Amino acid sequence: MSSTVDTIRGLAEQDYKWGFITDIDEDRVPKGLNEDIVRLISARKGEPEFMLEWRLNALRHWFRMAKEEGAPTWANLTIAPIDYQNISYYSAPKKKPQLDSLDQVDPEILRTYEKLGIPLNEQKLFSGVAVDAVFDSVSVATTFKGKLAEMGVIFCSFSEAVQKHPDLIKKYLGSVVPHTDNFYAALNAAVFTDGSFVYVPKGVRCPMELSTYFRINAAETGQFERTLIVADEGAYVSYLEGCTAPIRDENQLHAAVVELIALDNAQIKYSTVQNWYPGDKEGRGGIYNFVTKRGKCLGVNSKISWTQVETGSAITWKYPSCILQGDNSVGEFYSVALTNNRQQADTGTKMIHIGKNTRSTIVSKGISAGYGQNTYRGQVKILKSATGARNYTQCDSLLIGDRCGAHTFPYIEVRNATARMEHEASTSKIGENQLFYLRQRGLTAENAVSMIVNGFCKTVFKELPMEFAVEAQKLLGVSLEGSVG
Amino acid sequence: MALLEIQDLHASVEGHEILKGLNLTLNAGEVHSIMGPNGSGKSTLAAVLARRETYEVTRGRVLFNGKDLLEMKPEDAACEGVFLAFQYPVEIPGIGNAYFVRSAMNAIRKFHGQDELDAMDFLPLYKERMKILEMDDKLVNRSVNEGFSGGEKKRNEILQMAMLEPKLAILDETDSGLDIDALRIVAKGVNAMRGPDRAFLVITHYQRLLDYITPDFVHVLVDGKIVRSGGPELALELEDTGYGPSEADVPQALPA
Ligand SMILES: Nc1ncnc2c1ncn2[C@@H]1O[C@H](COP(=O)(O)OP(=O)(O)OP(=O)(O)O)[C@@H](O)[C@H]1O
Ligand SMILES: [Mg+2]
Repeated sequence: MSSTVDTIRGLAEQDYKWGFITDIDEDRVPKGLNEDIVRLISARKGEPEFMLEWRLNALRHWFRMAKEEGAPTWANLTIAPIDYQNISYYSAPKKKPQLDSLDQVDPEILRTYEKLGIPLNEQKLFSGVAVDAVFDSVSVATTFKGKLAEMGVIFCSFSEAVQKHPDLIKKYLGSVVPHTDNFYAALNAAVFTDGSFVYVPKGVRCPMELSTYFRINAAETGQFERTLIVADEGAYVSYLEGCTAPIRDENQLHAAVVELIALDNAQIKYSTVQNWYPGDKEGRGGIYNFVTKRGKCLGVNSKISWTQVETGSAITWKYPSCILQGDNSVGEFYSVALTNNRQQADTGTKMIHIGKNTRSTIVSKGISAGYGQNTYRGQVKILKSATGARNYTQCDSLLIGDRCGAHTFPYIEVRNATARMEHEASTSKIGENQLFYLRQRGLTAENAVSMIVNGFCKTVFKELPMEFAVEAQKLLGVSLEGSVG
Repeated sequence: MALLEIQDLHASVEGHEILKGLNLTLNAGEVHSIMGPNGSGKSTLAAVLARRETYEVTRGRVLFNGKDLLEMKPEDAACEGVFLAFQYPVEIPGIGNAYFVRSAMNAIRKFHGQDELDAMDFLPLYKERMKILEMDDKLVNRSVNEGFSGGEKKRNEILQMAMLEPKLAILDETDSGLDIDALRIVAKGVNAMRGPDRAFLVITHYQRLLDYITPDFVHVLVDGKIVRSGGPELALELEDTGYGPSEADVPQALPA
């Protein structure tokens, strides 16, 4: 048996192919976190007064939290202390482009995105995907704006939305994730620098996938972006999010907030392929990823689906959730989380059933390799008002080798006797017999592992848009490279 | 040159010696059958030839097509043309049956510097071979062996063999668990593949398979060694006498 373990053990040396650094001039604020910095960020972005007030409010709350309780410690993660005063909270490419034309984007940045396989050039884009690219702290380009505008769809950077659609921002910002929600949400609210904004008007089915690509480039900065998506009555939108960062020895902080709002009969599908730099084999460097994602099914018959493929980051702390307020609303969470080498992930979801006949589905697939630690943490809460609520949870873990770990923490709270709950869980190891079978047919050990893992994740991958599913499969293969010797 | 040449093969699993000096030579074009009691080492021999890493070779030499087989990893042996139809085929959840075989085919083609086959070229070929094995079309996209009946699994092994076209096919009790019709169909599939460039090593307990697939040679494996070899008639004899010692070995004077 030991030879199998050896075979599998090797699967740990992966090369991070997105780790290059782009050499551009940046405009960054001094390190540290205080009211002046927040004023400076707000001023840099030319924000209206209400935004500055909102930020300062959040910052004060964050200071209180930092003093009284500090960062949350309940997650199953070992995190080196973070010095929040030693981070620069704003970095932007210096030749800050006006956002209306791609010609004005720094060619270095365009080249970066090309290297990442994301051409921002509209002609080159396969039609059907509009991209907003966030480079360090600011959005550098949003493509296909014109075409979307014809249908009344707003897809722009958050900064632009604050300027051009302040009423929508005022109405919805913080309505799903208030700054008081948690430590990182408070931090984000104070210092967030950009992100994407989407509004799909009544009855409109957004004709293309909307996509944001996040890239951290600058050293010793954090990235704090904020995404807000509103689907008005009967609207539909599918949104994709991707991310990478250069290889750096120190840990970088990423604390994002995503808020989704679905009104009556609206549907939002949100897919993520998260591939932040995971750190090296010994666990040096890598992104600390603390993300608050939540959707509110405000209207009747509304639906929010989260699909995530989490392969990157040194630390992942993330629970995309749904508040099922409207009657008959539906929440879904499909997740693949892979931890290799020294990566740690504590991820899952919350489904809060408030409305009648609300339904939720949770499918979580955790893969651990190397010394990776993978925790599923999920909460299903059925409130008294949620007559006829249903939940289905399936939670599977796959272990590669014998030095990694998988943990499952399901919390279930039911206050209405009509609720129907189903829970399935499994933990398995990649068997020597499976590997041998595939290798006997001619597949290399690595391809065999990759195939088994892909099979394991299939129910989640089939929720992803086609191109994304292909990318996710390849990414899993790369992330597992070296975990078989 | 023989296709497969096994000399004085000793192999052990978890410290137990199972194969204890086995010799066997197969030429291309031949069908050899191996029979022998439970636990005598038949599947062990198959596993060693397929280079399963949990089996340790402690002594001996195996040449395949003139190359040192014992130096090869499982995937290399497979790409060189060794195919094992498993006694207990393995389930691979979430991976489509056809997709799996195409991946395997392409891995082997790549090894030999050939172009990969796309789904368009592959599928007609696959379906045609499925038809020969009288397999249901719905198995094309089902997960590999998952929820297959015992007989379907065995047929699926032969289908994979038919697609991968190995030089040496080792069938480990492919007949067990097959009903009479399935046995006939599987034998038809195997016979269709017999040819001057290919050899078969057919492991079985029962003459009934050899009624359909007539072997050129039959060997009896007992306690890790080949103790007898002969023509197809040897299998018939074993059917009557069992694997016990041959008459020549029976002591002359039995105590009354
Ligand atoms: N992993 C293992 N650990 C210990 N012993 C093993 C292991 N695998 C096989 N063996 C032993 O090796 C011996 C030979 O097994 P093998 O499977 O080769 O027999 P076989 O001839 O194929 O038998 P059958 O006709 O029942 O299929 C058996 O005694 C078996 O118990
Ligand atoms: Mg056997």
